[in-house]
Amino acid sequence: MATASGSTRPATTFDITLTINGDTREIAVAPWTTLLDLLRERLDLTGTKKGCDHGQCGACTVLVNGTRVNSCLVLAVMKDGAEITTVEGLAGLAHQKGTNTLHPIQEAFVEHDAFQCGYCTPGQLCSSVGMMNEGHAKSRDEIREAMSGNICRCGAYTNIVDAIEDVMQGDAR
Amino acid sequence: MNRFDYVRAGTVAEAIQAFQADPKARFIAGGTNLVDLMKYDVERPERLIDITRLPLTAIDEHEGGLRIGALATNAAAAYDPRIRERYPILANAILAGASAQLRNAASTGGNLNQRTRCYYFYDTATTCNKREPGSGCPAVGGVNRIHAIFGTSEHCIATHPSDMCVALAALEATVQVSGPEGERSIAFADYHRLPGDDPAKDNTLQPGEIVVSVDLPENGFATNYTYLKLRDRLSYAFALVSVAAVLDLDGDSVKTVRFALGGVAHKPWRNREAEAFLQGKPATRESFRAAADLVVADAEPQSENGFKVELARRAIVRGLEQAAAGTPQSLSDKRIQ
Repeated sequence: MATASGSTRPATTFDITLTINGDTREIAVAPWTTLLDLLRERLDLTGTKKGCDHGQCGACTVLVNGTRVNSCLVLAVMKDGAEITTVEGLAGLAHQKGTNTLHPIQEAFVEHDAFQCGYCTPGQLCSSVGMMNEGHAKSRDEIREAMSGNICRCGAYTNIVDAIEDVMQGDAR
Repeated sequence: MNRFDYVRAGTVAEAIQAFQADPKARFIAGGTNLVDLMKYDVERPERLIDITRLPLTAIDEHEGGLRIGALATNAAAAYDPRIRERYPILANAILAGASAQLRNAASTGGNLNQRTRCYYFYDTATTCNKREPGSGCPAVGGVNRIHAIFGTSEHCIATHPSDMCVALAALEATVQVSGPEGERSIAFADYHRLPGDDPAKDNTLQPGEIVVSVDLPENGFATNYTYLKLRDRLSYAFALVSVAAVLDLDGDSVKTVRFALGGVAHKPWRNREAEAFLQGKPATRESFRAAADLVVADAEPQSENGFKVELARRAIVRGLEQAAAGTPQSLSDKRIQ
């Protein structure tokens, strides 16, 4: 049987429990499986993107217990018991789960045209929510600094900051 | 990434026992550096000992100062109200480094123990005395714009990449460690080491030892301080040169001063002679220039990083001016005043 990493070598696996976007599941993982690869390759949650795979671009940002981290640098086995929110779960965060209503930050990204190719967007969205949870960034300059771990090679930064400011000011519809 | 075994420790003693059972094992906490190095095959541990469940996340009052648990995340330390109020240079240095995502995962102990970002260290297709002792150092005479100008050896010119540690050096923190031989305290200046003829060793931690806390002394220099970081882009980049400067003033003259440089050596770089020179001197640009000249007199630049000598000289003067004026470098307004 193939392991999570695609190797055919038999793997030592560990049974862990993760609550992902509200669903609690038991999963057997090889210890070298990153949270990013687990989400994408095993659980078909491909909204979370693999960019650099080295913690430099922020495309893989998810929330672990409400805190934003780079899922490419997290070994899944180490997060046994954690609550994970990916971009697929953001809608359920702000509204009644299952209603498929966008999170305010998602609406604001649409409103402000805060993307071009969209590859960095799931990470930008999760990072924005994490940043607002942290509550430290207030000014535009502080938002830019706090979001510097999310690279947008299309250069949509201006509109991304506009979208975040909009939500922080409570103006998003 | 190589295949490895995984064990989870619940206490410091369990973690140390797990290491003694398998001395090739590596401890893992935040993982932001180690997992990255494993992806590059720079690190190939046979077993990881997960220490994230050890009870070392607290930040507590300790002997007039603060004791930062080794597993307090960089974010937890930087935003701790006591650290922000009493040790703002530490908060600022932490927040000048990495990204929010990384600071949320990376631990205090891991920040101390992170490896250099030397290109050759990361590139397993090249030789590197830090990665493979005795194999050679292609950074000497190679691509070395980001490398050290102080305390280098013919065997290694790598820098320590931390911002937090530069502030800890200026604050004269103490590192508490626990290991097979028991507990001990290490003065911050003695924690990291120069490469010499053994660049594989970044620090003085012995096999099986774990950092359990970083202790801050009472004086946090909360009035006259700065962390000034100069880099290729305005955020999320390693320092080319950084300065952590703290001062106590007596009127217009310098009563106590300490300053450490980042991005220029295998450890946070202090020059006691330059600090002693400033004691009792007027806190003026002229004094600071003379002190900076003393520091850079020891510089030995490489083929591509001569610019760091002048950059360090000017950064020291500006950093000391910012500290003396009580106008620390802003983290979000990037203009250097």
